[in-house]
Amino acid sequence: MRLGRRMLDGFAVLIALITIFPIYWMVLSAVKPAGEIQSLEQRPWTLAPSLDAFRRVLAVNDFGRYLLNSLIVALVVVAVSGLIAFLAAVALTRFRFRFRTTILVTFLIAQMVPIEALTIPLFFLVRDVGGVVPGIGLNTLGSLMLVHTAFTLPFAIWMLRGFVQAIPDELDEAAQLDGAGRFTVLWRILFPLVAPGLAATSVFSFIHAWNDFLFARTFIISEADNQTLPMALLVFFKPDENDWGAIMAASTLMTVPVLIFFLIVRRRLVAGLGGAVKD
Amino acid sequence: MSRIRTRAPLWLLLPATVVLGGLFLYPMYQLGLLSVLDFTQAQVSGGQPTRFVGAENYTRLFSDSRFWEVLTATVLFAAACVLATLAVGAGLAVLLTRVSRIPRLLLSVAAMAAWAVPAVSGSTTWMFLFDTDLGYVNQLFGIEGFNWMYDRYTAFGLVGAVVVWASFPFVMVTLYAGIEAIPQSVLEAASLDGASTWRTFWQIMVPILRPVLAIVVIQSIIWDFKVFTQIYIMTRGGGLAGQNLTLNVYAYQQAFASSEYGRGAAIGVVMMLILLAVTLVYLRALRRSGEQL
Repeated sequence: MRLGRRMLDGFAVLIALITIFPIYWMVLSAVKPAGEIQSLEQRPWTLAPSLDAFRRVLAVNDFGRYLLNSLIVALVVVAVSGLIAFLAAVALTRFRFRFRTTILVTFLIAQMVPIEALTIPLFFLVRDVGGVVPGIGLNTLGSLMLVHTAFTLPFAIWMLRGFVQAIPDELDEAAQLDGAGRFTVLWRILFPLVAPGLAATSVFSFIHAWNDFLFARTFIISEADNQTLPMALLVFFKPDENDWGAIMAASTLMTVPVLIFFLIVRRRLVAGLGGAVKD
Repeated sequence: MSRIRTRAPLWLLLPATVVLGGLFLYPMYQLGLLSVLDFTQAQVSGGQPTRFVGAENYTRLFSDSRFWEVLTATVLFAAACVLATLAVGAGLAVLLTRVSRIPRLLLSVAAMAAWAVPAVSGSTTWMFLFDTDLGYVNQLFGIEGFNWMYDRYTAFGLVGAVVVWASFPFVMVTLYAGIEAIPQSVLEAASLDGASTWRTFWQIMVPILRPVLAIVVIQSIIWDFKVFTQIYIMTRGGGLAGQNLTLNVYAYQQAFASSEYGRGAAIGVVMMLILLAVTLVYLRALRRSGEQL
């Protein structure tokens, strides 16, 4: 019995190591000196860590700018989509009205729509809108914010609904009896109580916008200044020889913010998922 | 807020409705419209008028053996990824329940980390690990010079491995949470009656977890059916001579590389319909599990 448990423990640790290994390799290769990267005998450690690759990525190729672009897009998406989703979630849980169930099911279906299939019409939509409102046309960060706000919305509404539902009705009724207006109830009572839910929802929206490759690739065609990280990274793939050190450094830069975010909210994430899944 | 009839919910729903209407419903309508038009570079630049061609994009698509080849590849690739993800995820979820605290923590943190890695970074890292000459894996097994991307099946296999690596954590974490919610007494009773782990899994956990399993399965199908980033980056847009194309990448290439927007839209519609069917199954599963809307 004890031996069996030991073996299972060992097996679990082994799987954990295999799972984490690619990430370790990515970070390791990012800090290896160029000579070791080009080596035909790669070693799983380095004795001479260097930040050369990061310097190359950040200074020469202006990755700071792309990092900032990615960050701005993701944060705007988180804020706008969170706000809109909060309002919708309140409407869907605190009021009974006609078509309520229909709207809920519509949101659920929207969550399943393969957004990738919408790339073609959205490309033309963004192109045409750009003629009227230059800020959200092709080659702008605004276009990315716009589509990702929409894409993250159905899931955010679905998830926040569970959190708003969990706040007892008596609370806002009491506040109303005390003379609080609708607006006050919304911002002073419900909003602070839903904050943990918003945090969990934000993670999903952030990651969605941060990871996007397809739309960045489709919308940002010629304006190099407005590229986001995933696209900018492809610069280091060259027909003759890939600059693996730089690719790994850029990949690391792209991964670290999400990784930190994820590990911090690990527990809450599982709880939130459970809420969204079972609820 | 009271439940009297007011216009308040309308105002609260307005922003969401506008955004979703403009960026989901309208583009879906446009997608359908484009798929029945002759819409290529000539029409985009305004050189030729847009022409309604009815089902021509579809009939040409369905009579193209390439399309069927890509569709078959997509379905098989997705099926293989889903099966592997579920097997690994479920197996590790059960494993998590039977190990000590520290290994459990290590495994769940490792899985969370893999989950968090952006698809682009994951793809590039695995590409480097499996690089022809500089890849650690090739060097470890002494197969330097072996290019994983030349052969159709090894290329699909490698991309599939990245997809599974990135998506098994979701399955593992969700199922583990589900298993933990099963009353301990039920599992104890089973083990007192001498049931093996295998039997406990199939005859006790699986039936209790059916609703959660349904969600995990459908969610995986939807994800794996529309894998884009990994294929696009790792096989450089569909592999040698397009041997690794899946529907998603195929539609993208038709539209944005060949400027066959109408044809690309038709592929998009086909994809949408297939996933809609899966979604309906999902909704039925939800309803059966007693979900209240």
